[in-house]
Amino acid sequence: MANIMIRRGDNGALSFYLPKKDLEDDIVSLEFETPQRWGGELVLKDGSRWHFEPLEGEPRLPITVRARRLGGEDD
Amino acid sequence: MATLTREETEALIQEVLEVYPEKAKKDRAKHLAVNDHEANAKKCVTSNRKSLPGVMTIRGCAYAGSKGVVWGPIKDMIHISHGPVGCGQYSRAGRRNYYVGVTGINAFGEMNFTSDFQERDIVFGGDKKLAKLIGEIEKLFPLNNGITIQSECPIGLIGDDIEAVSKKATAEFGKTVVPVRCEGFRGVSQSLGHHIANDAVRDWVIGNRDNKPFEQTAYDVAIIGDYNIGGDAWSSRILLEEMGLRVVAQWSGDGTLAEMENTPKVKLNLLHCYRSMNYISRHMEEKYGIPWVEYNFFGPTKVAESLRKIASFFDDSIKAKTEEVIAKYQPMMQAVIDKYKPRLQGKRVMLYVGGLRPRHVIGAYEDLGMEVVGTGYEFGHNDDYERTVKEMGNATLLYDDVTGFEFEEFVKKVKPDLIGSGIKEKYIFQKMGIPFRQMHSWDYSGPYHGYDGFAIFARDMDMTLNNPCWSTLTPPWKKPQAPALAAAA
Ligand code: SF4
Repeated sequence: MANIMIRRGDNGALSFYLPKKDLEDDIVSLEFETPQRWGGELVLKDGSRWHFEPLEGEPRLPITVRARRLGGEDD
Repeated sequence: MATLTREETEALIQEVLEVYPEKAKKDRAKHLAVNDHEANAKKCVTSNRKSLPGVMTIRGCAYAGSKGVVWGPIKDMIHISHGPVGCGQYSRAGRRNYYVGVTGINAFGEMNFTSDFQERDIVFGGDKKLAKLIGEIEKLFPLNNGITIQSECPIGLIGDDIEAVSKKATAEFGKTVVPVRCEGFRGVSQSLGHHIANDAVRDWVIGNRDNKPFEQTAYDVAIIGDYNIGGDAWSSRILLEEMGLRVVAQWSGDGTLAEMENTPKVKLNLLHCYRSMNYISRHMEEKYGIPWVEYNFFGPTKVAESLRKIASFFDDSIKAKTEEVIAKYQPMMQAVIDKYKPRLQGKRVMLYVGGLRPRHVIGAYEDLGMEVVGTGYEFGHNDDYERTVKEMGNATLLYDDVTGFEFEEFVKKVKPDLIGSGIKEKYIFQKMGIPFRQMHSWDYSGPYHGYDGFAIFARDMDMTLNNPCWSTLTPPWKKPQAPALAAAA
């Protein structure tokens, strides 16, 4: 589990940021993105997948959430 | 010399790696790459890793990142280098962060305050000494507005409780006293020191005036990540003011504690050095909803681009004024380019610096018709390289935390006309006969930011590159028959 920050990037896309590792990448898909439910599984441009508990309703961005990395754990 | 092709550059990297033992070779290979616009940065260069023992690295420590970079320039606070005397004394006033104020009275930038640890402080702990030192500071320099405690290595090792000392001192003197846990051994470079310093600002400073009144305007901005080296922040600030914005704070060159405390009231944070201050910008965005925008004030092309980008956050009156500012400086910049471009056109540059410069200055060189053929960061991270890949030409060299050996070999093969790096590299390359600029503190020159800065930048590059001394490096008896008088022309 890691604290990650999601914000709206300059290009309008959602952007994912993992502090300390300084991983910053666009989010290409987010499982739930409706006014009622927001979150779940997300996929980054580099292909890695993360998951966080969906929130009730769209939050004010940026927001820090606890997320877990899914799948291949390389380095 | 003609530009290297992709294959040649790849071959060059292989050749340089050849001398390393197997394990080091494998590690270093990840840090060197040929720029490729298609590839993603994470795949191409590995960064922010521990330097290998035995290779010459140019990195600093976390203390350097906090005391030297982020906190040091806050002029009205006294920054105690807590620990042995050397860390602070040998780095004192080296960064040329200019400021206005009377040193020793109401500004303390160039001074060195240290607790000068001795053996008994290591054995018995230094908290008492620190408390005494803070008391002395209060007596001797009553106009200071706050104190920071910048931990050097031993503090973390002996487990002193500087937080408790700070709290007590705050209560006693009614001033902000900030403990910073930036012991040099933390992290792999000065970069973690930036982060720790940002976190200390977040925890001890940023919310101090949250409910206090402040006269706001719709055009308040803060300059974040400009250390006013040689006056950089000043030559940036005048442009922002000319376009109608009000600069509330300078972080941290020529900055004050009050400016930092007032920053949460601004409308937009302008971020120059992303590497050292993105953390606090992200924090303010989340906590106060203040957007931040990265900009680049090196060279007229990038300045104009950045001014427009900043103006896009504001109303039409600002946008109109921005166009006026750009139009006003355009002829001056054209004059600079007309004068220097013919002398610099086509020259090739290699860079190896820290922070924002490996990518930010590329535009300024291009404005002068020069080309950056290799660049690298001392302590960059993934996100830095991602931003760099777009700025650099295809098939150019990228090197992370380059070693002395690699850098020299690259230079021998690539044969750049100019190198921009630090003081430790300067004399090696000058002795190799290659013009060199110290690009950390502008080689005792500057400012280089903004329009005024570009004029100085162009002059400096010309002065270095076309200096007559380069043609006299070979002694007469080693010269080929024909006397090289023509070279002086
Ligand atoms: S590594 Fe430790 S001892 Fe060395 S300069 Fe940094 S803080 Fe001082």
